[in-house]
Amino acid sequence: MDKTLVQTRTVDAAEALRHLRADFPILSQQVHGKPLVFLDSAASAQKPRQVIDTMADTMRTQYANIHRGLYWMSERTTEAYEAVRDQVAAFINAAGREEIVFTRNSTEAINLVAHSYGSLLKPGQAVVISEMEHHANLVPWQMLRDRAGIELRVAAVTDSGELDMDSLAGLLADGNVALVAITHMSNVLGTITDARAIADMAHAAGARVLFDGSQLAVHRRVDVQALGADFYVVTGHKLYGPTGVGFLWARRDILEQMPPFMGGGDMISSVSFERSTWAPVPHKFEAGTPAIVEVIGLGAALTYIESIGFDAIGAHEAALTEHALARLTQVPGLNLVGTARDRGGVISFTMDDVHPHDIATLLDRNGIAVRAGHHCAEPLMRRLGLSATARASFGIYTTREEIDFLAQTLEQIRKFFV
Amino acid sequence: MRRPLNRFVSSLCKNAMEQGDLYRRLVVERARDPLFAGQVADAQAQGEGTNPLCGDRVRLTASMTPAGHIDSIRHETRGCAICAASADLMAEHVAGYDAQQVAALSEVFERMLKTGEPEAGTGELAVFAPLHQHRSRIRCATLPWTALSAMLNDLKDR
Repeated sequence: MDKTLVQTRTVDAAEALRHLRADFPILSQQVHGKPLVFLDSAASAQKPRQVIDTMADTMRTQYANIHRGLYWMSERTTEAYEAVRDQVAAFINAAGREEIVFTRNSTEAINLVAHSYGSLLKPGQAVVISEMEHHANLVPWQMLRDRAGIELRVAAVTDSGELDMDSLAGLLADGNVALVAITHMSNVLGTITDARAIADMAHAAGARVLFDGSQLAVHRRVDVQALGADFYVVTGHKLYGPTGVGFLWARRDILEQMPPFMGGGDMISSVSFERSTWAPVPHKFEAGTPAIVEVIGLGAALTYIESIGFDAIGAHEAALTEHALARLTQVPGLNLVGTARDRGGVISFTMDDVHPHDIATLLDRNGIAVRAGHHCAEPLMRRLGLSATARASFGIYTTREEIDFLAQTLEQIRKFFV
Repeated sequence: MRRPLNRFVSSLCKNAMEQGDLYRRLVVERARDPLFAGQVADAQAQGEGTNPLCGDRVRLTASMTPAGHIDSIRHETRGCAICAASADLMAEHVAGYDAQQVAALSEVFERMLKTGEPEAGTGELAVFAPLHQHRSRIRCATLPWTALSAMLNDLKDR
Protein backbone atom coordinates (compact mmCIF):
# COMPACT_ATOMS: atom_id res chain seq x y z
CA MET A 1 0.00 0.00 0.00
CA ASP A 2 1.45 3.40 -0.89
CA LYS A 3 2.24 5.79 1.89
CA THR A 4 -0.27 8.50 0.99
CA LEU A 5 -3.10 6.01 1.09
CA VAL A 6 -2.05 4.80 4.53
CA GLN A 7 -1.84 8.39 5.76
CA THR A 8 -5.24 9.24 4.28
CA ARG A 9 -6.77 6.25 5.98
CA THR A 10 -5.21 7.15 9.30
CA VAL A 11 -6.51 10.70 9.03
CA ASP A 12 -9.96 9.39 8.12
CA ALA A 13 -9.96 7.03 11.08
CA ALA A 14 -8.91 9.82 13.46
CA GLU A 15 -11.64 12.04 12.05
CA ALA A 16 -14.22 9.27 12.36
CA LEU A 17 -13.19 8.66 15.97
CA ARG A 18 -13.48 12.38 16.72
CA HIS A 19 -17.03 12.37 15.35
CA LEU A 20 -17.90 9.22 17.27
CA ARG A 21 -16.60 10.67 20.54
CA ALA A 22 -18.83 13.69 20.02
CA ASP A 23 -21.80 11.30 20.33
CA PHE A 24 -20.85 10.64 23.98
CA PRO A 25 -21.59 13.83 25.97
CA ILE A 26 -19.87 12.53 29.10
CA LEU A 27 -16.49 12.34 27.36
CA SER A 28 -16.25 16.13 27.43
CA GLN A 29 -16.58 16.18 31.23
CA GLN A 30 -13.67 16.98 33.51
CA VAL A 31 -12.63 15.07 36.64
CA HIS A 32 -10.49 16.86 39.25
CA GLY A 33 -10.05 19.59 36.63
CA LYS A 34 -8.64 17.14 34.06
CA PRO A 35 -10.27 15.79 30.91
CA LEU A 36 -12.00 12.48 31.61
CA VAL A 37 -10.06 9.50 30.27
CA PHE A 38 -12.57 6.70 30.68
CA LEU A 39 -10.87 3.31 30.69
CA ASP A 40 -13.51 1.32 32.59
CA SER A 41 -15.91 0.35 29.82
CA ALA A 42 -15.74 -3.32 30.81
CA ALA A 43 -17.52 -2.39 34.04
CA SER A 44 -20.09 -0.25 32.27
CA ALA A 45 -19.84 1.64 29.00
CA GLN A 46 -20.77 5.29 28.46
CA LYS A 47 -23.92 6.15 26.56
CA PRO A 48 -24.24 7.91 23.19
CA ARG A 49 -26.76 10.73 22.85
CA GLN A 50 -28.73 8.46 20.48
CA VAL A 51 -29.53 6.25 23.48
CA ILE A 52 -30.05 9.14 25.89
CA ASP A 53 -32.34 10.99 23.46
CA THR A 54 -34.34 7.90 22.54
CA MET A 55 -35.07 7.18 26.19
CA ALA A 56 -35.92 10.79 27.01
CA ASP A 57 -38.09 11.10 23.87
CA THR A 58 -39.93 7.90 24.78
CA MET A 59 -40.82 9.29 28.18
CA ARG A 60 -41.68 12.70 26.69
CA THR A 61 -43.77 11.63 23.75
CA GLN A 62 -44.63 7.97 23.55
CA TYR A 63 -44.90 6.14 26.83
CA ALA A 64 -47.50 3.84 28.41
CA ASN A 65 -47.54 0.36 29.84
CA ILE A 66 -47.25 -2.37 27.24
CA HIS A 67 -49.12 -5.55 26.25
CA ARG A 68 -52.35 -4.56 27.96
CA GLY A 69 -53.54 -1.10 27.04
CA LEU A 70 -56.31 -0.96 24.44
CA TYR A 71 -55.40 2.56 23.47
CA TRP A 72 -53.14 4.14 20.92
CA MET A 73 -50.30 5.18 23.22
CA SER A 74 -49.97 1.70 24.77
CA GLU A 75 -50.08 0.03 21.38
CA ARG A 76 -47.30 2.27 20.02
CA THR A 77 -45.14 1.64 23.11
CA THR A 78 -45.74 -2.11 22.82
CA GLU A 79 -44.61 -1.95 19.18
CA ALA A 80 -41.46 -0.07 20.11
CA TYR A 81 -40.67 -2.55 22.90
CA GLU A 82 -41.33 -5.64 20.80
CA ALA A 83 -39.36 -4.20 17.87
CA VAL A 84 -36.28 -4.37 20.07
CA ARG A 85 -36.86 -8.12 20.49
CA ASP A 86 -36.59 -8.43 16.70
CA GLN A 87 -33.48 -6.27 16.77
CA VAL A 88 -31.83 -8.40 19.46
CA ALA A 89 -32.75 -11.60 17.59
CA ALA A 90 -31.05 -10.23 14.46
CA PHE A 91 -28.10 -8.90 16.49
CA ILE A 92 -27.13 -12.38 17.68
CA ASN A 93 -28.67 -14.33 14.77
CA ALA A 94 -31.29 -16.12 16.85
CA ALA A 95 -33.60 -18.47 14.95
CA GLY A 96 -36.61 -16.51 16.15
CA ARG A 97 -37.79 -13.56 18.23
CA GLU A 98 -39.45 -15.96 20.71
CA GLU A 99 -35.98 -17.01 21.83
CA ILE A 100 -35.21 -13.59 23.34
CA VAL A 101 -36.12 -13.03 26.99
CA PHE A 102 -35.52 -9.55 28.40
CA THR A 103 -33.96 -9.54 31.85
CA ARG A 104 -32.44 -6.91 34.12
CA ASN A 105 -28.88 -7.88 33.20
CA SER A 106 -26.67 -10.93 32.58
CA THR A 107 -26.76 -11.83 36.26
CA GLU A 108 -30.54 -12.12 36.21
CA ALA A 109 -30.41 -14.07 32.94
CA ILE A 110 -28.04 -16.63 34.48
CA ASN A 111 -30.15 -16.82 37.64
CA LEU A 112 -33.19 -17.43 35.43
CA VAL A 113 -31.44 -20.40 33.80
CA ALA A 114 -30.09 -21.70 37.13
CA HIS A 115 -33.57 -21.61 38.70
CA SER A 116 -35.70 -22.68 35.78
CA TYR A 117 -33.49 -25.00 33.72
CA GLY A 118 -31.76 -25.96 36.97
CA SER A 119 -35.07 -27.30 38.34
CA LEU A 120 -35.10 -29.86 35.51
CA LEU A 121 -31.73 -31.31 36.57
CA LYS A 122 -31.53 -34.37 38.79
CA PRO A 123 -29.38 -34.81 41.90
CA GLY A 124 -26.01 -36.22 40.89
CA GLN A 125 -25.93 -34.35 37.59
CA ALA A 126 -23.20 -31.75 37.26
CA VAL A 127 -22.70 -28.18 36.05
CA VAL A 128 -19.24 -27.20 34.78
CA ILE A 129 -17.92 -23.65 35.07
CA SER A 130 -14.34 -22.38 34.77
CA GLU A 131 -11.81 -20.76 37.07
CA MET A 132 -12.19 -17.44 35.25
CA GLU A 133 -15.90 -16.86 35.76
CA HIS A 134 -17.35 -13.63 37.02
CA HIS A 135 -19.21 -14.22 40.29
CA ALA A 136 -22.41 -13.86 38.22
CA ASN A 137 -21.65 -17.16 36.49
CA LEU A 138 -20.51 -18.87 39.67
CA VAL A 139 -22.72 -18.01 42.63
CA PRO A 140 -26.06 -18.96 40.95
CA TRP A 141 -24.62 -22.45 40.24
CA GLN A 142 -23.32 -22.76 43.79
CA MET A 143 -26.82 -21.92 45.00
CA LEU A 144 -28.27 -24.55 42.65
CA ARG A 145 -25.73 -27.08 43.94
CA ASP A 146 -26.78 -26.42 47.54
CA ARG A 147 -30.51 -26.37 46.69
CA ALA A 148 -30.77 -29.34 44.38
CA GLY A 149 -27.84 -31.64 45.03
CA ILE A 150 -26.18 -30.76 41.73
CA GLU A 151 -22.42 -31.20 41.53
CA LEU A 152 -20.41 -28.11 40.59
CA ARG A 153 -17.19 -28.78 38.66
CA VAL A 154 -14.56 -26.18 37.82
CA ALA A 155 -12.44 -26.33 34.64
CA ALA A 156 -8.90 -25.06 35.06
CA VAL A 157 -7.34 -22.00 33.45
CA THR A 158 -3.77 -22.14 32.13
CA ASP A 159 -1.03 -19.80 33.37
CA SER A 160 -1.50 -17.63 30.29
CA GLY A 161 -5.18 -17.24 31.17
CA GLU A 162 -6.78 -19.57 28.63
CA LEU A 163 -9.37 -22.24 29.31
CA ASP A 164 -7.60 -25.57 29.79
CA MET A 165 -9.45 -27.73 27.24
CA ASP A 166 -7.92 -30.95 28.62
CA SER A 167 -9.28 -30.08 32.04
CA LEU A 168 -12.71 -29.46 30.51
CA ALA A 169 -12.57 -32.78 28.63
CA GLY A 170 -11.70 -34.56 31.88
CA LEU A 171 -14.68 -33.04 33.68
CA LEU A 172 -17.03 -34.08 30.85
CA ALA A 173 -15.74 -37.64 30.58
CA ASP A 174 -18.21 -39.41 32.91
CA GLY A 175 -21.24 -38.18 31.01
CA ASN A 176 -22.92 -36.76 34.14
CA VAL A 177 -22.62 -33.13 33.10
CA ALA A 178 -25.93 -31.49 32.25
CA LEU A 179 -24.65 -27.99 31.53
CA VAL A 180 -21.37 -26.23 30.76
CA ALA A 181 -21.54 -22.53 31.70
CA ILE A 182 -18.47 -20.60 30.56
CA THR A 183 -17.57 -17.01 29.84
CA HIS A 184 -17.14 -16.05 26.20
CA MET A 185 -14.67 -13.32 27.22
CA SER A 186 -13.03 -12.90 30.62
CA ASN A 187 -13.73 -9.58 32.35
CA VAL A 188 -10.32 -9.82 34.06
CA LEU A 189 -7.94 -11.35 31.54
CA GLY A 190 -9.54 -10.26 28.27
CA THR A 191 -9.30 -13.90 27.14
CA ILE A 192 -11.77 -14.87 24.41
CA THR A 193 -12.72 -18.52 24.78
CA ASP A 194 -13.18 -20.88 21.85
CA ALA A 195 -16.95 -21.11 22.22
CA ARG A 196 -17.48 -23.34 19.18
CA ALA A 197 -14.98 -25.92 20.47
CA ILE A 198 -16.49 -25.79 23.98
CA ALA A 199 -20.00 -26.25 22.58
CA ASP A 200 -18.88 -29.24 20.49
CA MET A 201 -17.21 -30.87 23.49
CA ALA A 202 -20.23 -30.24 25.71
CA HIS A 203 -22.68 -31.63 23.14
CA ALA A 204 -20.52 -34.70 22.49
CA ALA A 205 -20.74 -35.40 26.23
CA GLY A 206 -24.52 -34.92 26.25
CA ALA A 207 -24.38 -31.54 28.01
CA ARG A 208 -25.91 -28.22 27.07
CA VAL A 209 -23.86 -25.07 26.97
CA LEU A 210 -24.36 -21.51 28.23
CA PHE A 211 -22.06 -18.65 27.34
CA ASP A 212 -21.74 -15.48 29.38
CA GLY A 213 -21.39 -12.94 26.58
CA SER A 214 -21.43 -9.83 28.80
CA GLN A 215 -17.97 -8.77 27.62
CA LEU A 216 -17.74 -10.39 24.22
CA ALA A 217 -20.95 -9.05 22.69
CA VAL A 218 -19.50 -5.55 22.98
CA HIS A 219 -16.46 -6.31 20.87
CA ARG A 220 -17.35 -9.00 18.33
CA ARG A 221 -20.38 -10.15 16.40
CA VAL A 222 -22.16 -12.99 18.14
CA ASP A 223 -23.86 -15.69 16.07
CA VAL A 224 -25.50 -18.01 18.56
CA GLN A 225 -26.37 -20.55 15.87
CA ALA A 226 -22.85 -20.67 14.43
CA LEU A 227 -21.46 -21.06 17.96
CA GLY A 228 -23.74 -24.01 18.61
CA ALA A 229 -24.85 -22.43 21.90
CA ASP A 230 -27.93 -23.46 23.88
CA PHE A 231 -28.03 -20.39 26.15
CA TYR A 232 -26.36 -17.00 25.70
CA VAL A 233 -26.60 -14.04 28.08
CA VAL A 234 -25.83 -10.37 27.46
CA THR A 235 -26.19 -7.19 29.50
CA GLY A 236 -27.22 -3.88 27.99
CA HIS A 237 -25.21 -1.39 29.98
CA LYS A 238 -21.86 -2.65 28.68
CA LEU A 239 -23.26 -2.44 25.13
CA TYR A 240 -23.56 1.37 25.34
CA GLY A 241 -27.18 0.89 26.42
CA PRO A 242 -28.88 1.75 29.70
CA THR A 243 -28.61 -0.11 33.00
CA GLY A 244 -31.48 -2.34 34.08
CA VAL A 245 -31.81 -4.31 30.85
CA GLY A 246 -30.15 -7.39 29.43
CA PHE A 247 -31.31 -10.53 27.72
CA LEU A 248 -31.24 -14.27 27.71
CA TRP A 249 -31.24 -16.12 24.45
CA ALA A 250 -32.04 -19.83 24.53
CA ARG A 251 -33.12 -22.33 21.90
CA ARG A 252 -36.89 -22.32 21.65
CA ASP A 253 -37.30 -26.03 22.39
CA ILE A 254 -35.34 -25.59 25.63
CA LEU A 255 -37.25 -22.47 26.68
CA GLU A 256 -40.52 -24.33 26.12
CA GLN A 257 -39.46 -27.14 28.47
CA MET A 258 -38.43 -24.70 31.18
CA PRO A 259 -40.87 -23.66 33.95
CA PRO A 260 -41.35 -19.94 34.68
CA PHE A 261 -38.76 -18.17 36.79
CA MET A 262 -40.96 -15.53 38.44
CA GLY A 263 -44.70 -15.35 38.64
CA GLY A 264 -46.89 -12.30 38.15
CA GLY A 265 -48.64 -10.27 35.53
CA ASP A 266 -47.85 -10.59 31.82
CA MET A 267 -46.42 -14.12 32.11
CA ILE A 268 -49.76 -15.90 32.40
CA SER A 269 -52.32 -17.23 29.99
CA SER A 270 -55.11 -17.51 32.56
CA VAL A 271 -55.33 -17.28 36.33
CA SER A 272 -57.79 -18.67 38.86
CA PHE A 273 -57.36 -19.37 42.56
CA GLU A 274 -56.97 -23.06 41.74
CA ARG A 275 -54.34 -22.80 39.01
CA SER A 276 -52.70 -20.62 36.44
CA THR A 277 -51.44 -21.39 32.97
CA TRP A 278 -48.46 -19.77 31.38
CA ALA A 279 -48.11 -17.44 28.45
CA PRO A 280 -46.15 -18.76 25.47
CA VAL A 281 -42.39 -18.11 25.34
CA PRO A 282 -40.75 -15.67 25.77
CA HIS A 283 -43.50 -13.92 27.78
CA LYS A 284 -43.64 -16.82 30.24
CA PHE A 285 -40.31 -15.49 31.54
CA GLU A 286 -41.17 -11.78 31.66
CA ALA A 287 -43.29 -11.31 34.77
CA GLY A 288 -44.48 -7.84 35.69
CA THR A 289 -44.00 -4.54 33.91
CA PRO A 290 -40.59 -4.80 32.27
CA ALA A 291 -37.96 -2.09 31.85
CA ILE A 292 -39.86 -0.56 28.94
CA VAL A 293 -37.81 2.61 28.49
CA GLU A 294 -34.56 0.71 29.00
CA VAL A 295 -35.45 -1.94 26.42
CA ILE A 296 -36.21 0.82 23.92
CA GLY A 297 -32.89 2.43 24.89
CA LEU A 298 -31.13 -0.88 24.27
CA GLY A 299 -32.67 -0.89 20.81
CA ALA A 300 -31.13 2.52 20.16
CA ALA A 301 -27.76 1.22 21.36
CA LEU A 302 -27.93 -1.75 19.00
CA THR A 303 -28.85 0.54 16.10
CA TYR A 304 -25.89 2.72 17.02
CA ILE A 305 -23.48 -0.23 17.18
CA GLU A 306 -24.75 -1.61 13.88
CA SER A 307 -24.28 1.81 12.27
CA ILE A 308 -20.58 1.60 13.13
CA GLY A 309 -20.36 -2.11 12.37
CA PHE A 310 -18.38 -4.84 14.03
CA ASP A 311 -15.71 -4.75 11.30
CA ALA A 312 -14.81 -1.18 12.27
CA ILE A 313 -15.24 -1.86 16.01
CA GLY A 314 -13.04 -4.96 15.79
CA ALA A 315 -10.32 -3.22 13.79
CA HIS A 316 -10.26 -0.21 16.15
CA GLU A 317 -10.12 -2.33 19.30
CA ALA A 318 -7.56 -4.79 17.93
CA ALA A 319 -5.25 -1.88 17.04
CA LEU A 320 -5.79 -0.25 20.45
CA THR A 321 -5.17 -3.49 22.34
CA GLU A 322 -2.01 -4.24 20.38
CA HIS A 323 -0.75 -0.72 21.02
CA ALA A 324 -1.68 -0.86 24.71
CA LEU A 325 0.03 -4.22 25.28
CA ALA A 326 3.20 -2.96 23.57
CA ARG A 327 3.18 0.41 25.38
CA LEU A 328 2.29 -0.92 28.85
CA THR A 329 5.03 -3.55 28.61
CA GLN A 330 7.51 -0.67 28.45
CA VAL A 331 6.35 0.74 31.81
CA PRO A 332 8.99 -0.24 34.39
CA GLY A 333 7.69 -2.64 37.04
CA LEU A 334 4.39 -3.30 35.24
CA ASN A 335 3.21 -6.92 35.01
CA LEU A 336 0.46 -7.90 32.59
CA VAL A 337 -2.02 -10.39 34.03
CA GLY A 338 -3.28 -12.71 31.30
CA THR A 339 -1.54 -13.25 27.99
CA ALA A 340 -4.05 -15.28 26.00
CA ARG A 341 -3.53 -15.43 22.23
CA ASP A 342 -7.12 -14.53 21.43
CA ARG A 343 -8.06 -11.57 23.55
CA GLY A 344 -9.95 -8.30 23.64
CA GLY A 345 -9.39 -4.82 25.00
CA VAL A 346 -9.54 -5.64 28.71
CA ILE A 347 -6.08 -5.44 30.25
CA SER A 348 -5.33 -6.32 33.87
CA PHE A 349 -2.00 -5.46 35.41
CA THR A 350 -0.10 -5.07 38.62
CA MET A 351 2.91 -2.89 39.37
CA ASP A 352 5.84 -3.80 41.57
CA ASP A 353 5.84 -1.68 44.77
CA VAL A 354 2.48 -0.03 44.03
CA HIS A 355 -0.86 -1.43 45.20
CA PRO A 356 -3.69 -1.48 42.59
CA HIS A 357 -5.84 0.79 44.79
CA ASP A 358 -3.12 3.41 44.95
CA ILE A 359 -2.74 3.14 41.18
CA ALA A 360 -6.48 3.67 40.70
CA THR A 361 -6.68 6.65 43.08
CA LEU A 362 -3.64 8.37 41.56
CA LEU A 363 -4.87 7.74 38.01
CA ASP A 364 -8.22 9.21 39.07
CA ARG A 365 -6.47 12.39 40.27
CA ASN A 366 -5.29 12.70 36.68
CA GLY A 367 -8.74 12.15 35.20
CA ILE A 368 -8.15 8.50 34.29
CA ALA A 369 -10.86 6.04 35.36
CA VAL A 370 -9.73 2.41 35.74
CA ARG A 371 -11.01 -0.40 37.92
CA ALA A 372 -8.97 -1.89 40.74
CA GLY A 373 -9.81 -4.88 42.91
CA HIS A 374 -10.82 -8.47 42.32
CA HIS A 375 -13.28 -7.60 39.52
CA CYS A 376 -15.97 -9.92 40.92
CA ALA A 377 -13.72 -12.90 40.19
CA GLU A 378 -12.20 -13.82 43.55
CA PRO A 379 -11.47 -17.48 42.70
CA LEU A 380 -9.56 -16.38 39.59
CA MET A 381 -7.50 -13.95 41.71
CA ARG A 382 -6.61 -16.81 44.06
CA ARG A 383 -5.70 -19.01 41.08
CA LEU A 384 -3.36 -16.24 39.89
CA GLY A 385 -1.95 -15.73 43.38
CA LEU A 386 -3.11 -12.09 43.49
CA SER A 387 -5.42 -10.19 45.78
CA ALA A 388 -6.19 -7.46 43.28
CA THR A 389 -5.22 -6.01 39.91
CA ALA A 390 -5.74 -2.71 38.15
CA ARG A 391 -7.69 -3.01 34.91
CA ALA A 392 -7.91 -0.74 31.91
CA SER A 393 -10.64 -1.57 29.42
CA PHE A 394 -11.47 0.01 26.10
CA GLY A 395 -14.59 0.99 24.23
CA ILE A 396 -15.37 2.24 20.74
CA TYR A 397 -14.50 5.77 21.88
CA THR A 398 -11.08 4.98 23.38
CA THR A 399 -8.12 6.67 21.68
CA ARG A 400 -4.46 5.81 21.29
CA GLU A 401 -3.60 9.09 23.01
CA GLU A 402 -5.58 8.05 26.08
CA ILE A 403 -3.58 4.84 26.30
CA ASP A 404 -0.32 6.78 25.93
CA PHE A 405 -1.46 9.12 28.72
CA LEU A 406 -2.28 6.12 30.90
CA ALA A 407 1.17 4.61 30.33
CA GLN A 408 2.93 7.92 30.94
CA THR A 409 0.98 8.50 34.17
CA LEU A 410 1.72 4.95 35.33
CA GLU A 411 5.42 5.63 34.82
CA GLN A 412 5.14 8.72 37.01
CA ILE A 413 3.18 6.84 39.68
CA ARG A 414 5.90 4.19 39.84
CA LYS A 415 8.58 6.89 40.19
CA PHE A 416 6.54 8.52 42.92
CA PHE A 417 6.54 5.36 45.03
CA VAL A 418 10.00 3.96 44.35
CA MET B 1 4.32 38.69 28.62
CA ARG B 2 1.58 36.90 30.62
CA ARG B 3 0.45 34.62 27.85
CA PRO B 4 3.71 32.77 27.09
CA LEU B 5 4.27 32.31 30.82
CA ASN B 6 0.78 30.88 31.30
CA ARG B 7 1.33 28.57 28.40
CA PHE B 8 4.60 27.45 29.93
CA VAL B 9 2.99 26.80 33.30
CA SER B 10 0.09 24.94 31.74
CA SER B 11 2.46 22.80 29.70
CA LEU B 12 4.31 21.94 32.90
CA CYS B 13 1.07 21.02 34.61
CA LYS B 14 0.20 18.87 31.64
CA ASN B 15 3.35 16.83 32.08
CA ALA B 16 3.49 16.59 35.85
CA MET B 17 1.46 13.91 37.54
CA GLU B 18 -1.24 15.26 39.83
CA GLN B 19 -1.15 13.43 43.16
CA GLY B 20 -3.74 15.42 45.09
CA ASP B 21 -3.68 16.02 48.84
CA LEU B 22 -3.87 12.42 49.87
CA TYR B 23 -0.46 11.08 48.97
CA ARG B 24 1.67 13.46 51.02
CA ARG B 25 5.31 12.72 51.60
CA LEU B 26 4.58 11.34 55.09
CA VAL B 27 2.13 8.78 53.69
CA VAL B 28 4.44 7.63 50.92
CA GLU B 29 7.47 7.44 53.22
CA ARG B 30 5.71 5.50 55.96
CA ALA B 31 4.28 3.10 53.37
CA ARG B 32 7.68 2.54 51.80
CA ASP B 33 9.84 2.59 54.93
CA PRO B 34 7.63 1.89 57.95
CA LEU B 35 9.05 2.59 61.43
CA PHE B 36 6.75 0.20 63.30
CA ALA B 37 6.58 -2.83 61.02
CA GLY B 38 7.29 -6.33 62.28
CA GLN B 39 6.36 -8.28 65.41
CA VAL B 40 6.73 -7.62 69.10
CA ALA B 41 8.70 -10.47 70.70
CA ASP B 42 6.72 -12.17 73.50
CA ALA B 43 3.57 -10.28 72.56
CA GLN B 44 0.69 -10.51 75.02
CA ALA B 45 -1.85 -9.30 72.51
CA GLN B 46 -2.52 -9.84 68.84
CA GLY B 47 -5.20 -8.82 66.43
CA GLU B 48 -5.99 -8.99 62.73
CA GLY B 49 -8.12 -7.03 60.32
CA THR B 50 -8.87 -8.03 56.74
CA ASN B 51 -10.72 -6.32 53.96
CA PRO B 52 -12.37 -9.05 51.88
CA LEU B 53 -13.05 -6.55 49.09
CA CYS B 54 -9.38 -6.06 48.29
CA GLY B 55 -7.54 -8.76 50.23
CA ASP B 56 -5.67 -6.24 52.39
CA ARG B 57 -4.63 -7.51 55.83
CA VAL B 58 -3.17 -5.93 58.96
CA ARG B 59 -1.74 -8.09 61.76
CA LEU B 60 -0.81 -6.49 65.07
CA THR B 61 1.24 -7.74 68.00
CA ALA B 62 1.69 -5.79 71.22
CA SER B 63 3.15 -5.98 74.68
CA MET B 64 1.00 -4.54 77.45
CA THR B 65 1.78 -2.91 80.79
CA PRO B 66 0.28 -4.50 83.94
CA ALA B 67 -2.19 -1.60 84.07
CA GLY B 68 -3.50 -2.49 80.60
CA HIS B 69 -1.73 0.15 78.53
CA ILE B 70 -0.12 -0.64 75.18
CA ASP B 71 3.61 -0.81 75.81
CA SER B 72 4.95 -1.56 72.36
CA ILE B 73 3.01 -2.36 69.17
CA ARG B 74 4.09 -3.55 65.70
CA HIS B 75 2.17 -4.25 62.50
CA GLU B 76 2.53 -6.56 59.52
CA THR B 77 0.56 -5.00 56.68
CA ARG B 78 -0.24 -6.38 53.27
CA GLY B 79 -2.05 -3.57 51.58
CA CYS B 80 -2.03 -0.27 49.78
CA ALA B 81 0.01 2.78 50.75
CA ILE B 82 -2.90 4.34 52.65
CA CYS B 83 -3.40 1.18 54.71
CA ALA B 84 0.31 0.67 55.38
CA ALA B 85 0.94 4.31 56.36
CA SER B 86 -2.17 4.34 58.52
CA ALA B 87 -0.98 1.21 60.36
CA ASP B 88 2.45 2.71 60.94
CA LEU B 89 1.19 6.09 62.18
CA MET B 90 -1.40 4.35 64.35
CA ALA B 91 1.25 2.17 65.96
CA GLU B 92 3.31 5.27 66.71
CA HIS B 93 0.33 7.14 68.10
CA VAL B 94 -1.28 4.57 70.40
CA ALA B 95 1.79 3.48 72.38
CA GLY B 96 0.96 4.17 76.04
CA TYR B 97 -2.81 4.19 75.44
CA ASP B 98 -5.32 1.96 77.20
CA ALA B 99 -8.43 0.51 75.54
CA GLN B 100 -10.59 3.50 76.44
CA GLN B 101 -8.12 6.01 75.00
CA VAL B 102 -7.79 3.93 71.82
CA ALA B 103 -11.59 3.83 71.42
CA ALA B 104 -11.80 7.61 71.86
CA LEU B 105 -9.02 8.30 69.36
CA SER B 106 -10.46 5.80 66.90
CA GLU B 107 -13.76 7.67 67.04
CA VAL B 108 -12.03 11.00 66.43
CA PHE B 109 -10.07 9.48 63.55
CA GLU B 110 -13.16 8.07 61.85
CA ARG B 111 -15.04 11.33 62.30
CA MET B 112 -12.14 13.18 60.65
CA LEU B 113 -12.29 10.80 57.65
CA LYS B 114 -15.98 11.62 57.26
CA THR B 115 -15.75 15.39 57.66
CA GLY B 116 -12.23 16.07 56.38
CA GLU B 117 -11.65 18.25 59.47
CA PRO B 118 -8.88 17.15 61.86
CA GLU B 119 -9.72 17.61 65.55
CA ALA B 120 -7.42 18.21 68.50
CA GLY B 121 -5.34 15.14 69.30
CA THR B 122 -5.15 13.74 65.77
CA GLY B 123 -1.56 14.95 65.32
CA GLU B 124 0.11 13.42 62.28
CA LEU B 125 -3.00 11.29 61.66
CA ALA B 126 -4.44 14.48 60.14
CA VAL B 127 -2.53 13.52 57.00
CA PHE B 128 -5.46 11.21 56.19
CA ALA B 129 -8.12 13.96 56.38
CA PRO B 130 -8.23 14.33 52.54
CA LEU B 131 -9.62 10.78 52.41
CA HIS B 132 -13.07 12.25 52.97
CA GLN B 133 -12.99 13.05 49.25
CA HIS B 134 -12.18 9.42 48.42
CA ARG B 135 -15.05 7.58 50.12
CA SER B 136 -14.14 4.24 48.58
CA ARG B 137 -10.69 4.39 50.21
CA ILE B 138 -11.74 5.20 53.82
CA ARG B 139 -11.71 1.50 54.70
CA CYS B 140 -8.02 1.36 53.73
CA ALA B 141 -7.17 3.81 56.53
CA THR B 142 -9.53 2.30 59.10
CA LEU B 143 -8.43 -1.32 58.62
CA PRO B 144 -5.49 -1.03 61.10
CA TRP B 145 -7.92 0.44 63.64
CA THR B 146 -10.26 -2.52 63.09
CA ALA B 147 -7.32 -4.82 63.84
CA LEU B 148 -6.48 -2.80 66.95
CA SER B 149 -10.03 -2.96 68.20
CA ALA B 150 -10.05 -6.74 67.60
CA MET B 151 -6.79 -7.04 69.53
CA LEU B 152 -8.05 -5.10 72.55
CA ASN B 153 -11.43 -6.90 72.55
CA ASP B 154 -9.63 -10.23 72.48
CA LEU B 155 -7.57 -9.12 75.47
CA LYS B 156 -10.69 -8.00 77.35
CA ASP B 157 -12.45 -11.34 76.67
CA ARG B 158 -9.63 -13.39 78.14
